Amino acid sequence: MSVLVFLESSDSQIKKSSIEALVYGRSIAAKTGGALLALVVGEVSNISEAAAYGAEKVLQITDARFAQTDAQAYSEAIADAAKQNSVHTMVLAKSSLTDSLTAKLAFLTYATAATNVVSLPDFSNGFVVKRSIFTGKAFELVKINSENKVISIKKNAVAITESAAAGEVVPFSPILSDKAFSIKTISLEKATGDVLLADAEIVVSGGRGLKGPENWGLITGLAKVLGAATGCSKPVSDLNWRPHHEHVGQTGIKVSPNLYIAIGISGAIQHVAGISSSKVIVAINKDADAPIFKAATYGIVGDAFEIVPKLTAAIKAAQ
Amino acid sequence: MNILVCISSVPDTTSKISFSDNNTKFVSTGITFIIGPYDDYALARAIELKEAAGSGNITAINVGGPENETIIRKALAIGADEAVRINAVASDGFFVANQIAAYAKGKNFDLILMGRESIDYNSGLVHGLVGELLGIPSLSPVMKLDINGTEATLDREIEGGKETLKANLPLVLGCQEPIAEWKIPSMRGIMSARTKPLNVIEPVAVNSGLAFENYELPASRTSCKMISESNVEELVSLLKSEAKVI
Repeated sequence: MSVLVFLESSDSQIKKSSIEALVYGRSIAAKTGGALLALVVGEVSNISEAAAYGAEKVLQITDARFAQTDAQAYSEAIADAAKQNSVHTMVLAKSSLTDSLTAKLAFLTYATAATNVVSLPDFSNGFVVKRSIFTGKAFELVKINSENKVISIKKNAVAITESAAAGEVVPFSPILSDKAFSIKTISLEKATGDVLLADAEIVVSGGRGLKGPENWGLITGLAKVLGAATGCSKPVSDLNWRPHHEHVGQTGIKVSPNLYIAIGISGAIQHVAGISSSKVIVAINKDADAPIFKAATYGIVGDAFEIVPKLTAAIKAAQ
Repeated sequence: MNILVCISSVPDTTSKISFSDNNTKFVSTGITFIIGPYDDYALARAIELKEAAGSGNITAINVGGPENETIIRKALAIGADEAVRINAVASDGFFVANQIAAYAKGKNFDLILMGRESIDYNSGLVHGLVGELLGIPSLSPVMKLDINGTEATLDREIEGGKETLKANLPLVLGCQEPIAEWKIPSMRGIMSARTKPLNVIEPVAVNSGLAFENYELPASRTSCKMISESNVEELVSLLKSEAKVI
């Protein structure tokens, strides 16, 4: 009765969100008395971290075909690892990749899936987890009654703490069906070097208050000194000032950074839903009555064109 | 082109969410229900594909009670040819996926389209489960879709970018913008929707492993600390020493 955590990597590094998943899985394994296993794909330079955070065994897939993030192949591989190691609970960190494979994995392992989970399970009354629903506007508590479970956790669902274990790395060659890698990739476009929005610790976002795409240097300049990802409101992406994958909100990317800076964004309820799990929100807006100030931790009323350059300089000076 | 579009009925995106009965019931009073925004994109693209092909049939399916017929009629007014309502409470993604798969089985749909997730319970599981239950490939989130004969070319959003894929029909796809522009029903569409078939089917039995316990609302944020526009240094110092986020 073990716990298996899928570790996703980015630029050959295990992602921080996956370390959270590992700590989450460790807590379940401690409660249910099973082993904590991890599955990693490809060469990762920080594989020793899996041991530092409690993995007793790290299964490593080296099959080069996995460079293509085929959801079918990935779900079959995780399911096979689960089957071979008497795993009852699988933990994933929510991402584009895991979003596309959670349902398949649950189906293949006869498991019940709970997605958008924001806290550790409560074992006092079975296995109850809290999920984020209504796109960040509320939560629900659900009890998972089946023996096999797939849990997809949101960022910050658990605080990262170390707890060293053996962390023996074992090569793993999953048994795949002919459905794996059957979908052909024609091309791949990926922004490199930029901080990914969904994973970012700090996000700087701009709204219609910026008046046009030509003024985006204000946003990217501030983001650069903070090492932040850049986002935008829905009207901005609808107007094609910024690409769609930067749209933060209810029907765009939902973010949970430590710091979210909203510049020239009025704070429509749909935008606030997408940022509500941010730890700290800073709002800069010329309209003192803008609803964004109701969601914000700190606010400045004034002209973004004057404030943002001063703020960028002040942050630089303080570093 | 035989297309099934799965639509959810969800609170309008501007809705304030509240609960009653000791946080066990969703308060629907004063809430306007709409076609799930992502499902609405899927429906719009289905209509464009049918128009481009010059022939075809679009069936809209919803799992829900009679109160959902307003949004189902709207889907018919936008351009679906017929509709099906599975007469049951959409209790969770697993339940809904099983209802859709049970209906679709043996009907030879070329495409089963829906939104990447519903914006109420956000499970994001339905497209993947429908694909598995029917034994056909599923992909999500799809932001561009073209069909040439029996082959689909599509763009899927990945972290920080997109990938272009080719796959053979049939497919189950979870959709998102900018796959199509939302369509507004025309007066002619609204008139014709009244007479288009809307079949009500009783649900199949499903044994879900999830049991709802109760709701919770997020803790409200403490009031916003306002800082003078002439003192951005104060903000920097608060972010550093009070909030400890930079």
